[in-house]
Amino acid sequence: MLQIRNLHVNVQGHKILKGLTLTINAGEVHSMMGPNGSGKSTLAQVLAGRDTYEVTEGEVFFEGRNLLELEPDERARAGVFLAFQYPVEIPGVGTAYFLRAAVNALRKHRGEEELDAVDFLEFVKEKMRLVDMDEQLLKRSVNEGFSGGEKKRGEIFQMAVLEPKFAILDETDSGLDIDALKIVADGVNSMRRTDRAFLVITHYQRLLNYIVPDFVHVLVDGRIVKSGGKELAMELEERGYAWADQSIRHAAAAS
Amino acid sequence: MVSSTEQTSTSSETDATLDRWQSEEYKYGFYTDIETDSLPPGLSEDVVRLISAKKDEPDWLLQWRLKAYRHWLTMTEPTWQNVHYEPIDYQKIIYYSAPKQAKDRPQSLDDVDPKLLETYEKLGIPLQERAILAGVAVDAVFDSVSVATTFKEKLGELGIIFCPFSEAVHDHPELVQQYLGSVVPHNDNFFAALNSAVFSDGSFVYIPKGVKCPMDLSTYFRINAISTGQFERTLIVAEEGSTVSYLEGCTAPMRDEHQLHAAVVELIALDDATIKYSTIQNWYPGDKDGKGGIYNFVTKRAKCLGRNSHISWTQVETGAAITWKYPGCILIGDNSVGEFYSVALTNNHQQADTGTKMIHIGKNTRSNVVSKGISAGFGQNTYRGLIKITKSAHGARNYTQCDSMLIGDKCGAHTFPYIEVKNSTAQMEHEATTSKIGEDQLFYCNQRGISTEDAVSMIVNGFCKEVFRELPMEFAVEAQKLLEVSLEGSVG
Repeated sequence: MLQIRNLHVNVQGHKILKGLTLTINAGEVHSMMGPNGSGKSTLAQVLAGRDTYEVTEGEVFFEGRNLLELEPDERARAGVFLAFQYPVEIPGVGTAYFLRAAVNALRKHRGEEELDAVDFLEFVKEKMRLVDMDEQLLKRSVNEGFSGGEKKRGEIFQMAVLEPKFAILDETDSGLDIDALKIVADGVNSMRRTDRAFLVITHYQRLLNYIVPDFVHVLVDGRIVKSGGKELAMELEERGYAWADQSIRHAAAAS
Repeated sequence: MVSSTEQTSTSSETDATLDRWQSEEYKYGFYTDIETDSLPPGLSEDVVRLISAKKDEPDWLLQWRLKAYRHWLTMTEPTWQNVHYEPIDYQKIIYYSAPKQAKDRPQSLDDVDPKLLETYEKLGIPLQERAILAGVAVDAVFDSVSVATTFKEKLGELGIIFCPFSEAVHDHPELVQQYLGSVVPHNDNFFAALNSAVFSDGSFVYIPKGVKCPMDLSTYFRINAISTGQFERTLIVAEEGSTVSYLEGCTAPMRDEHQLHAAVVELIALDDATIKYSTIQNWYPGDKDGKGGIYNFVTKRAKCLGRNSHISWTQVETGAAITWKYPGCILIGDNSVGEFYSVALTNNHQQADTGTKMIHIGKNTRSNVVSKGISAGFGQNTYRGLIKITKSAHGARNYTQCDSMLIGDKCGAHTFPYIEVKNSTAQMEHEATTSKIGEDQLFYCNQRGISTEDAVSMIVNGFCKEVFRELPMEFAVEAQKLLEVSLEGSVG
């Protein structure tokens, strides 16, 4: 589904990603772990198309298309979703109105009929239950005055509504208490399908107790220094990121 | 928005493309070829007399005009406002232009020139009563005269007077004489004095005691003739316990030279009366390089004369090359309330200096000001507001919220709030914000599959929501659409 080859990315002249290669197949859940500043969020933003990030080398293909050539909204309509680490507030724009515009942009793109306000409400009610969201929230402005937890749940709710092919969760667990974490994880787990893939970016192993990944990657200083199965996350929790980084350096020195 | 490939297309297509493009940008820019009765350009005492004579006015009104004209001669054009334009040559303006009609004043729509009806049809203002949306009565002012007023009889049954100003002068002289200039005196300011001297038509509204006007009243102003200034005058009087909602809209053809619109609006509310005055101003704003467009120099003021009276101004200003207006309320009656809700958008080279004046005189008077300024392109947007609490205004309260939004990095937003408080029991609140339309917000919308153009109009509409919800339903929809059109191409 997604092939990233030798990706180099600069932000304001600083090299953040330094040759990242990763393949994610349909049906898989990958977890990207790493210390602060390792480039995790940069990867998420670049995949979503944020233009402040400059790709200097490498390529990214999504379902065979060159993802880097697409505008952010085109990527979204192609099925790429990013659950933001810091969801943005849009004062005066109702959540229901916003989401309906998003859903209809997608439906129009697929050549489907657009939903009116009544049909849309039916459609989202079911999704709201998925993340235990209060219906009142639909009437409020997008993310405005939401608590940290509400914002994060809101992102998962939007994901459930938009039904993407590939979803990136950028530190969705940060700032969540254990109950909220479970709700978020349940939401994600209920969406796991053979034709959908996830990239779960997290700093802590904690989330991976609830969203069990197929693969875990360790990102240090812009490169993936170690990849493995879900047990890698446990090992990281015990030994820390320095261990993952050093084991690579040792291996390099030995050869 | 036109793509770059269209702009550089071969010459055979270019004209057609440009035509289409321009008409999309400002779709009211057409000109109606109609025979007119116009005065030659220029202003003198004779011109003032001629206008008055053409309207067959009583002597007291002519004398009032002359008084205004003589005073105007002693005044100089104001320069304190934060806008820039080439000096206006007042001798090059035509002060009176009217479409020739079979009779002096049409008695019914059947007498109105079909070309005029067609014009209003094209503007989306069907004058045929049966076709009028949700029962809105319309007075249509074309250049210097009112060409049609709908629903007059129906309103007449309730004692409501809704007619062209010049008709009111003849049919209700005592009311006109009592209230004309009582809120905006003939010597109030340079443009108001000019208007008082040469005003040609406008609307007159009188709501009798205890009557709630059953439909929205509206005036539609259209500048058509070339080199013509439009100087209309609107006067609304709401008697004790009455209620009225009034809306004005305006458009003009696209022309390379500037045209002057200097109107005066006076509102008077007596005890327990409510007036809601909404404006959607869509004068031709000039082209992308700032060529042409209307100078919109307008004086609007309301007097809350009675106890518990309530006057509310709502304006959506998207058109005009330059806008200069400060709809205000003089709160004389105890417990009276004045409100001002404004959205002003400046794109390309448009300039706006607008805001309000709230003068608190009565006890426990309240005023509420919500201003939303949006600047895009090279637009310059200034909020200028005065809140004055006089000595007598015990327990007065004001709340002002003044938000500016910038789109792009070549535009400007400026805020000049003036506050004068002479009574220590007053409570004042002022909030102001300036934000740049967020890259973050746009990216967030994009990431949900919403195009940048749609995202901009969504964010701007959200920003203006507090003002739009004050507008009557149909007009709120129109205002939203207008913002979308006005913002086209503002984000690259």
